[in-house]
Amino acid sequence: MPGRSLLEKIWDQHVIARLSEDTDLLHIDRHLLHDLGGSRGLLDLKSRGLKVHNPELTFATPDHALSTAPGRAGTSKIGQELLAALRVETAASGITLFDVDQPGQGIVHVIGPELGLSLPGATIVCGDSHTCTHGGLGALAFGIGSSELTHVLATQALIQRRPKTLRARFEGKLPLGVTAKDMILALIGQIGAAGGTGYAVEYAGSAIRALPIEGRLTICNLSIELGAKMGMVAPDEKTFEFLRGRPYAPQGEMWDRAVKAWRELPSDPDAVFDREVVIDVEKIIPQVTWGISPEHVVGVDGVIPDPKAIDDPARRAAVETALEYMGLQGGAPIAGTPVDWVFIGSCTNSRLSDLRAAAEVARGRKVAAGVRAWVVPGSENVKREAVAEGLDKIFIDAGFEWREPGCSMCLAANGEVVAPGQRSVSTSNRNFVGRQGPRARTHLASPASAAASAIAGAIADVRMMGR
Amino acid sequence: MPKPFDKLTATAAPIMRSNIDTDVIIRIERLVGNSIRGTLGKWAFGSLRYLPDGSENPDFILNREPYREAEILVTGPNFGCGSSREGAVWSLQERGIRAVIGSGFGDIFFANCFQNGILPVIVDKAVVDQLAADIEATQGAGKVSIDLEAQTIVSPSGARHSFEMDPRRRDGLLKGLDEVALTLQRDDEIHAFQASDRTARPWIHSTRISA
Ligand code: SF4
Repeated sequence: MPGRSLLEKIWDQHVIARLSEDTDLLHIDRHLLHDLGGSRGLLDLKSRGLKVHNPELTFATPDHALSTAPGRAGTSKIGQELLAALRVETAASGITLFDVDQPGQGIVHVIGPELGLSLPGATIVCGDSHTCTHGGLGALAFGIGSSELTHVLATQALIQRRPKTLRARFEGKLPLGVTAKDMILALIGQIGAAGGTGYAVEYAGSAIRALPIEGRLTICNLSIELGAKMGMVAPDEKTFEFLRGRPYAPQGEMWDRAVKAWRELPSDPDAVFDREVVIDVEKIIPQVTWGISPEHVVGVDGVIPDPKAIDDPARRAAVETALEYMGLQGGAPIAGTPVDWVFIGSCTNSRLSDLRAAAEVARGRKVAAGVRAWVVPGSENVKREAVAEGLDKIFIDAGFEWREPGCSMCLAANGEVVAPGQRSVSTSNRNFVGRQGPRARTHLASPASAAASAIAGAIADVRMMGR
Repeated sequence: MPKPFDKLTATAAPIMRSNIDTDVIIRIERLVGNSIRGTLGKWAFGSLRYLPDGSENPDFILNREPYREAEILVTGPNFGCGSSREGAVWSLQERGIRAVIGSGFGDIFFANCFQNGILPVIVDKAVVDQLAADIEATQGAGKVSIDLEAQTIVSPSGARHSFEMDPRRRDGLLKGLDEVALTLQRDDEIHAFQASDRTARPWIHSTRISA
């Protein structure tokens, strides 16, 4: 019998009942709720006359609809109603809520790891597709829809089909100025936005082992942009060091037992994967997207694809549509494209290490005239740590706006939008049509690249910034 | 409770662009709120359906006859990729769509379809392209038939294609089963699992911190 993969080990440990050859009823260890779907799910449950099965395994925080303006001024009426409903319904069900201005509040996918709620070997779900982020700690984490959300509230379990497995091995030493964000964007460029559909992805290889946990979270965050609803990295000593002492991580003797169990999780050397991809990271340069899908990506020293040079009619039409939406010329270099907005934030890139990387570029420089640049920390704790280090001052001195934690302009659900036709460099995860606001044009990039672009007033190669 | 699905013969609209994401199917601001069900049909594909001034975009297929009445979408690769928002499926449903046929769908969108009695059918890209061509050859007048029990699609040209479907999911759709009620019948098994898991992995279950 071949060895088992990380996915198979976690999966098997959670099977409550086998429902068919490839479908199981899985136990869910952690359920995270946010303001857009949390109260709706709890109300749905109530209307069916059901109770939350395990409130102690369920946690909530507002992030999507909340204003990130100082003092939260500008939270819309509907945003306030959602927050009020989340407070009432979580209290009634005995669910812990990390509320506004409290340590613990933040983007769900930032606070789970930060609080030690997300643990290796755990099954974690949330009504949000970027739940795959938590896989960076060696968890089996995935996004669910509203119906599945109600199902988990009612049963603490979920009916799931076992996915195929894909191992993406990143090998080599990451060049200077190249980050986890660039690694995962390069992979999406290589295998496409549907390259991972139907798979659980395990990220492995020397470059993944070398990455700090926050970088692994960034990598796993973009799994869904590969089409994979689950992405994961095997836990190792770095994972344990990251989690040790966090509020919800096990303590004392229980910690030792947990670590012992977590050491058994990594894929066996003879584990078999349905598909394997190898990426040479030494060839990766900072990435930036040019179109309306994360697979529309090039190195920052590259050129925008020219539709005239594409033979396949379907692909040519797709590129033309994307370029028209983005207001770009095929064949032109991507660097130097003037920008109106820079957004540093989102569950992809709003952790302390991301803010440090951006601040390193911004320090002592000025945001170009005509550019609005925002820094939105991922959580209340990230904000406080950043302030304690003086990062807020570096950003403010450079002309960035320093905001309160939340999803903000990643999704524009809270009214924080890029105006129609304006161009944004964003550290978030989706450059979809209208994602940052109707007819807004989004270029995805790393925090360092985004900061460099804010300073330059145009899409910029951070490696030319001389730091 | 999802509506059962067994057979359907209806107008089908090809929307062949690849990577139509759930943000394009329904914009987020339409989904902010606790009582949005029933309001979403007119916002399905909003950014494609309407021009910036709010008027209908005459070029968009669902704004043209006879596609306006379509109950089936024939879609390009990776339709429904992106966000987990079930509102994408709700908006299609409220727009009258009962089935989607494509070469591949976003995993979460695909799962959400079953939860709402919408049939997502995966067939080879060549079959999708042929279906789209057959529909366009009749300018949309030719209907597409889907038989879930038999797992077949009949194109306006009369060509018959079979498709694969997870038997458990097919059964759920045919009967309109409610998964929550089904799983609750196994509540004893869930409790038994938790009791033994509490011994095996106590750190998962003791989450109350004293701080
Ligand atoms: S930051 Fe963006 S992608 Fe992440 S949870 Fe919030 S809205 Fe979703």
